[in-house]
Amino acid sequence: MRKVAIYGKGGIGKSTTTQNTVAALAEMGRRVLVVGCDPKADSTRLLLGGLAQRTVLDTLREEGEDVELDKVRKAGYGKTLCVESGGPEPGVGCAGRGIITAINLMEQLGGYETDVPLDYVFYDVLGDVVCGGFAMPMREGKAQEIYIVCSGEMMAMYAANNICKGIRKFADAGSVRLGGLICNSRMVDNERSMIEEFAKRLGTQMIHFLPRDNDVQRAEINKKTVIEWNPAVKQAEEYRALARAIDNNKMFVIPQPIGIEELEKILIEFGVLA
Amino acid sequence: MNSEQSVNPEDAKQRILAALPVKVARKRSKAIVVNDGSGAIPEITVNSRTTPGMITMRGCAYAGCKGVILGPTRDVLSITHGPIGCGYYSWLTRRNQTRPPTPEDANYMTYSLSTDMQESEIVFGGEKKLAKAIDEAFELFHPKAIAVHATCPVGLIGDDIHRVTKEAQERLGIKVFGFSCEGYKGVSQSAGHHIANNQVFKHMVGTNDTVSASPFQVNLLGEYNIGGDSFVLEELFARCGFNLVSTFCGNSDHDSMCRAHTADLNLVMCHRSINYMADMMETKYGIPWIKVNFIGAAATAKSLRKIAKYFDNAGLMEQTEKVIAEEMTAVTTAQTIYKPRCEGKVCMMFVGGSRSHHYMELFNELGMKTVAAGYEFGHRDDYEGRNVIPSIVVDADSRNIESLKIEPDKARFRPRVTTEQKAKLTADGVDFKEYGGLMRDMPAGTLTIDEPSHHEVMELINIYHPDMFGAGIKEKYAIQKAGVPCLQIHSYDYGGPFAGFEGAINFYKEIDRMVNSRVWSHLNAPWQEQTEIIATFGR
Repeated sequence: MRKVAIYGKGGIGKSTTTQNTVAALAEMGRRVLVVGCDPKADSTRLLLGGLAQRTVLDTLREEGEDVELDKVRKAGYGKTLCVESGGPEPGVGCAGRGIITAINLMEQLGGYETDVPLDYVFYDVLGDVVCGGFAMPMREGKAQEIYIVCSGEMMAMYAANNICKGIRKFADAGSVRLGGLICNSRMVDNERSMIEEFAKRLGTQMIHFLPRDNDVQRAEINKKTVIEWNPAVKQAEEYRALARAIDNNKMFVIPQPIGIEELEKILIEFGVLA
Repeated sequence: MNSEQSVNPEDAKQRILAALPVKVARKRSKAIVVNDGSGAIPEITVNSRTTPGMITMRGCAYAGCKGVILGPTRDVLSITHGPIGCGYYSWLTRRNQTRPPTPEDANYMTYSLSTDMQESEIVFGGEKKLAKAIDEAFELFHPKAIAVHATCPVGLIGDDIHRVTKEAQERLGIKVFGFSCEGYKGVSQSAGHHIANNQVFKHMVGTNDTVSASPFQVNLLGEYNIGGDSFVLEELFARCGFNLVSTFCGNSDHDSMCRAHTADLNLVMCHRSINYMADMMETKYGIPWIKVNFIGAAATAKSLRKIAKYFDNAGLMEQTEKVIAEEMTAVTTAQTIYKPRCEGKVCMMFVGGSRSHHYMELFNELGMKTVAAGYEFGHRDDYEGRNVIPSIVVDADSRNIESLKIEPDKARFRPRVTTEQKAKLTADGVDFKEYGGLMRDMPAGTLTIDEPSHHEVMELINIYHPDMFGAGIKEKYAIQKAGVPCLQIHSYDYGGPFAGFEGAINFYKEIDRMVNSRVWSHLNAPWQEQTEIIATFGR
């Protein structure tokens, strides 16, 4: 079973990209479990057809330690399995600690054991690495390969570089590696070549360039992934290409985060001056 | 046993620093001062962060707030908001005693109440559980006031304890207030004292205007009734004719603290932990304060005379002298017995933020030499005297602790002495708002050391071979393993009281027992007598 975590700046499209890619993997016949690590619990709604799922932490709070696996693990599109860790309302408690609790509980409950063995587990993680709790999927061998969703916008690249610092910290002691950058295009000038160069400097690859396409939003309004909503559209093929690239990926590295000056230089070279 | 005669303090300092990394040694060298006896007090670096890796003597802000300031008041119910450890391990560990007037009166000091936060409260917030705990405590005890103390995780997850306590106060109709005394605040327990002073001042002092009809009213600040010290002082005050309105906080109760602003003089014992309260009461209500010390017979007599002088009443002064004379008979007798047995012995002491200074008096009365002393959490004014306060650099750690802006209370501010009276009294030795600090009283050739680490303590023992050591529970057994008896000056082990005349006699006996016991010379480990142990393995 390959253990994958998706990180990236808040609002960059991690959950959408994850679910569409997972749908493409499912279409290829892969068995995938998605674990949403976001207190908003919106990482699996496209796979579940808009179903607001009971989160692990809500269930834990209401039913005590005696949680049953099928209460928190639901089957979604293409035999995918979906779990939401959940967390506190904004402004109270500790969401990071919640992620740790939820993942530990999932493991205790045998959440990764299925009748047909899983090919993948995907962790969809909130925002930047904001505290130890959100780094949980990188720790203790929970995720082995990380993909960072980014775009050619300065702050997205800055966040990606920061996440690389987090990966590096855990990679030295454990088995976590960076599998590549997924560029979710924001129509920035020279975006593709800039992210390719950025990936090279980090010591990794741009595993796929996802062009911007409003079909993604159309599918979302219908509470579906693009693959399920209309498998024939061009964007569905893009997600299939990304899924294939991940499935065939052999390049797993310990990234070399770059300095802020070098990062700005890339932006100037590829963005402003090019 | 001791060989301190031959010790050069500068050599001792260098030997202590030798094992430390360069940067740490540089920092520590500013916290270790050789007293040259010249009268010039050098600057000492204190109240700064403990170097990571050092085994520190310090405690945390929660300990300073809940354990020190709020702990000894019998009818203010303290609830620790946090996982169970903080509440459990602060349960009566300082041996503060209390005597409710009747068996029916409230005394919550024997209880330890905690919200016992679990993982679920850490994730989802603990405010609801806290509100429930307050209601439950109210149902069980119906106290006059409930104090809520925050521990580290509460600050990390951002529970708003002040909103919860405010709502509880409205719901229950009793005083409920919170202390943001998360353990990580500040560099030592000193931060917790300040936080506690602020909230006690805001929520308690000045809330009950009942004035006692008796004359000569005083508050005793910074006396925590460890081992029954307050009981001794209460009796002494009563015999002299001083009327004690309240003690902050020893054998104390809610109502008397709420009336504290009606007193005419504040007496400050532990300068570090309570000087904020004394200053704030002076600004808001016009009550002047003087530093006193009731540790040591001579210091006690001096302090009593100073109080009597303040009230400028012939009868009171006469009565005070009479009490002193009566008490000194037994003290002198005890001194003739114990002084010859203890004279010339060597001690060192690292405790508190005023205690080391106070206890030097008692060791002096026994003819013992304090060769090294310091505090765990003192500030520069506790070492160098209050005259350095304007030059103390306020660093980021101190700035994080709120300093209340106090203004005179329009209805209740009343100057207790006129400017002329004050000047006359000052000339007579009633030194208002003055504290000279520890270093002024350290003899030439001694060391002042702030918060020595475990390594430094062990080096001091190796260098000086002291006859006894005064410290706290964390140091006690390491010191005793080195064959040196250690008295816990935070809790008095199982003994006390040590305050006043009666306490001084108790102390002489206790120290005689410790320094003249032969048990310590038998404390040799097997390898000290037989360096090589030969044995064979069985099959």
